[in-house]
Amino acid sequence: MTMPYYVAPEQVMKDRAEYAQKGIARGRSLVASTYDQGIVIVADNPSRSLHKISEIYDRIAFAGVGKYNEFDQLRVSGIRHADTKGYAYSREDVEARSLANLYAQYLGQVFTHEMKPLEVEILVAELGTGLRPPQLYHIAYEGTITDEDRFAVLGGETEGIVAALETAWSATWDLSGALRAAVGALAGADRTLGAADLEVAVLAEGNGRRSFRRLVDDELVALLT
Amino acid sequence: MTLPLFSTTEDPGPDFAGLIRRLRVPLPPMMAPAAGGAVGGTGAPAAEFRHGTTVVALRFADGIVMAGDRRATEGHAIAHRSMEKVFPADRYSAVAIAGAAGPAVEMVRLFQTQLEHYEKVEGVVLSLEGKANQLGQMVREHLPMAMQGLAVVPLFAGFDLARRTGRIFTYDVTGGHYEETEYNATGSGGRDARTTIKLGYRDGLERDAAVELAIQSLYEAADEDSATGGPDLIRGIYPLVATVTAGGFTAVEEDEVAERFASLIERRRTEGRQP
Repeated sequence: MTMPYYVAPEQVMKDRAEYAQKGIARGRSLVASTYDQGIVIVADNPSRSLHKISEIYDRIAFAGVGKYNEFDQLRVSGIRHADTKGYAYSREDVEARSLANLYAQYLGQVFTHEMKPLEVEILVAELGTGLRPPQLYHIAYEGTITDEDRFAVLGGETEGIVAALETAWSATWDLSGALRAAVGALAGADRTLGAADLEVAVLAEGNGRRSFRRLVDDELVALLT
Repeated sequence: MTLPLFSTTEDPGPDFAGLIRRLRVPLPPMMAPAAGGAVGGTGAPAAEFRHGTTVVALRFADGIVMAGDRRATEGHAIAHRSMEKVFPADRYSAVAIAGAAGPAVEMVRLFQTQLEHYEKVEGVVLSLEGKANQLGQMVREHLPMAMQGLAVVPLFAGFDLARRTGRIFTYDVTGGHYEETEYNATGSGGRDARTTIKLGYRDGLERDAAVELAIQSLYEAADEDSATGGPDLIRGIYPLVATVTAGGFTAVEEDEVAERFASLIERRRTEGRQP
């Protein structure tokens, strides 16, 4: 009788984490920040059709980095969850916290029980109301969930971006200010990013019931200068 | 609730009705499989149900105008005085309903969710014709209920972004839908409303003239049909009017509607005609 090789659980987890981190680090980073009128999400993404940022519900947006097919599946399931909940109960009963928890549970379960962890990091952003501040839920590949109320950075190598935003961040930012700081942090010292290299969307009031809106073309160029 | 994940072979895609069927969320009667079974008899339902009445839509130079009265009836009684029958389906289309109020409102809710769901999942908006087809499928699946006397007959109109023009679609209970080039009305007072529009309709009407014509048509329908509500001056309840143009769905302000009704009545009075 042959005995299976014994591998310490610590080692298994470490290997999986390393695998996931490597996958995520291959892609480009993404920044979300609050500003005086809402939340702006900026991705270093030159594609006009394969989006990293998308709308989930009236006041909720989704963003993902890492493997596209994996976070896109999570995005669609988030839309399904939100639309089903809003249809079965009421639109105001759909909130980001429960969705973020579901994502965290799913990612955690895949990380511990499946052969291969998901190589993604995702963000669930919710626009604040009079009663609640805006919320950014950052969920890592192994299901760790953190909530931020200022900014969140997703991706492989984020230390530089976090440090840049930490010094620049201001509670009274307008959209243009927040956007330029986010783009500067994403680009780093030795690169510049123009409107063509970016995917930008906001969750903001004044856009009717659905607060998600993409910023493209001339509008984006004007905000960046 | 859990995260709705499906294997690639069982994925419902952007179809919301298919999704909730799979998730076993209680479906509205028009979509439930049981409703597809044999249904005995036709004619009036055993109990009295709420019915909504007259809705109209007409094209004008920049898009379409849609309007509906506010009355719901239960048999010969007035069940509700401020029912809404004109809804935005999405940013560039509107849907109005006549017929059994319960299933009609439920159908609109499902239709709105369906359009938004498609848009979010796919990342693009359905074409206007695609939307009209979707609504047709919902009406068709409702047919067994319609045979029991719970007919729902919507009116769908919107601004076609590809063709840069307003378009109107009417339906029958079988889900058949037909594009109207100028105007149409449905519901118990639909005939009177249609005749009124017919007399005042011209190609390329301006927005104000089109809104006025819609208001006039509802006024005449309410005058002739007991189930259609006219302007309720005492309670301040007026028919709902909305336009859909390249700028999207816009509800006409209640003040404007009230003023137009007031001047219509005033005109009739000074002209010495019976209202």
